[in-house]
Amino acid sequence: MIVALAIVVFLPFVLGIGLYLQSTLLLEEQSLFRILFTSQWQPMSGKFGLLGFILSSLMVTALSLLIAGPVCLLTAIHLTQYAKKYVLKIMHPVIDILAGIPSVIYGVWGIIVIVPLVSKYLAPFFGVQTSGYTLLTGAIVLSVMIIPFILNILIEVFRSIPTELTEASLALGATRWQTIKHVIVRKGFPGIISAMGLGVSRAFGETIAVLMVVGNVVKIPTGVFQPGYPLPALIANNYGEMMSIPQYQSALMFSALVLFVVVMLFNLASRIAISRFETK
Amino acid sequence: MKKFKFIEEKIFRALMFFSTVFIVTSLALIIFSILHKGLPVLSWEMVSQTPKGGYYFGKEGGIVNAIVGSFYLSVSATFLALFVSLPLALFMNIYLKRFKIVINAIRFFLDLLWGVPSIVYGAFGFTIMIYFGLKASLIAGIFTVTLFIIPIMVRAMDEVFKTVPVGLYEAALSLGSTRSETAYRVFLKQCYPGVITAVLLAFGRGIGDAASVLFTTGFTDHIPTSLSQPTATLPLAIFFQLGSPIPEVQERAYAAAAVLTFFILAISILARLSSGRFQKNKINF
Repeated sequence: MIVALAIVVFLPFVLGIGLYLQSTLLLEEQSLFRILFTSQWQPMSGKFGLLGFILSSLMVTALSLLIAGPVCLLTAIHLTQYAKKYVLKIMHPVIDILAGIPSVIYGVWGIIVIVPLVSKYLAPFFGVQTSGYTLLTGAIVLSVMIIPFILNILIEVFRSIPTELTEASLALGATRWQTIKHVIVRKGFPGIISAMGLGVSRAFGETIAVLMVVGNVVKIPTGVFQPGYPLPALIANNYGEMMSIPQYQSALMFSALVLFVVVMLFNLASRIAISRFETK
Repeated sequence: MKKFKFIEEKIFRALMFFSTVFIVTSLALIIFSILHKGLPVLSWEMVSQTPKGGYYFGKEGGIVNAIVGSFYLSVSATFLALFVSLPLALFMNIYLKRFKIVINAIRFFLDLLWGVPSIVYGAFGFTIMIYFGLKASLIAGIFTVTLFIIPIMVRAMDEVFKTVPVGLYEAALSLGSTRSETAYRVFLKQCYPGVITAVLLAFGRGIGDAASVLFTTGFTDHIPTSLSQPTATLPLAIFFQLGSPIPEVQERAYAAAAVLTFFILAISILARLSSGRFQKNKINF
């Protein structure tokens, strides 16, 4: 039992240190600043600028949160405040299955449904011509993937708000919606923000599904109808070649470290906010 | 002006209803589109043969190597993870029950690990693999997937053990059983269905994940016969076949995706059923 405990407690540190040791080779040669804030990616001539990948990741994540966030919020309010008990009973397996579908399947779905949707309908609507493999496509697929995670936490958050508050507000003559807007959402605001934070950390690290639909072109994206190349996709796409040059491998491991650190920070902040919220 | 608040409420109620419907339809759409594309291509040949020469150019063969590989990988990883997760989850709920701060800290760590992307586990598995001088192999994949699913499994089990009433715990102790007897005889028996659900959940995550095994298991056309051989997995088979420019191979990727979807749905239905069965040993309060 103690051994099992030790494994779990030390694993995050071991993960971080292992990845750091692997990336020291690159870090000794080039400054952190140069790796993170330049965008030239030419492994063969020793240029490892990650800016383009980081920006792609940020854009896909932000877009997917823009889509998933409101949908989750509205659904969570609907399920906890308005809907009958049996609706929640139907929604639970739906959420569970959505969370359990492998990311490869989401990727296949993206290629079958979302890519044509973007290239035939969405992009022409805005007067753009694309193949459909764009940042927006990645974001749409990603938003469906993170919905179950955000929704689950939001439902918990809304449930943990004491009913006395709602009752008091209703007794003062507020309508149901006014109560939700001014009491429930306000009271649950920290919880809502941290649920979104957890969604962000999920979205930031998602690999295969995004990789399959986002286009993977090395340049800084300037619009949502442009192809992108997020960080996880970079790692996954180049694992075959990374054995050839030691620095290349080091650069990819450094990307994994960046991913790990960013996700950890988001996770940490959100979890702390949630635990504060729940004990209050 | 007085009417406005009711109109606003109506608008938002409609929006809420639509977003709920949106979520249900997107799930239905995902499953429908995968099965719609995949089932017509799926044949007995595909699930019973290994790839023959020229399979990736549209010649004959199937993906049984990937199906069997996936099962080897996730069954052994689930088994290994069980040996870490079950004791830990019991330990947390029996020995550490009194130390609220410690137990919250552990839950916190588990949540953090749960959020680490699988590609990071993949990269970490790769560094470990290099450190020990291993090549891409089944054993490296099992190790990586085990690490990846431990937090999922412990967290799910912990949720189950949390629901055991304190009265039961106290009764077991007062009858003179030791703490580990309480753990394995009372808690485990009481929570049997939940534990099975947790294991199935972790198994489902293990079988579906591609990013963590991308570096570590390699890919091969054969069914592995030893732990040190590379292994094909279903998600990777789908991924590689979709990357092919030949339409016939791509269609097979859809078929493989249908197979994987079928497994995942079967696992989640099993998990639901198992919480109904195995209830007979349970003491109700």
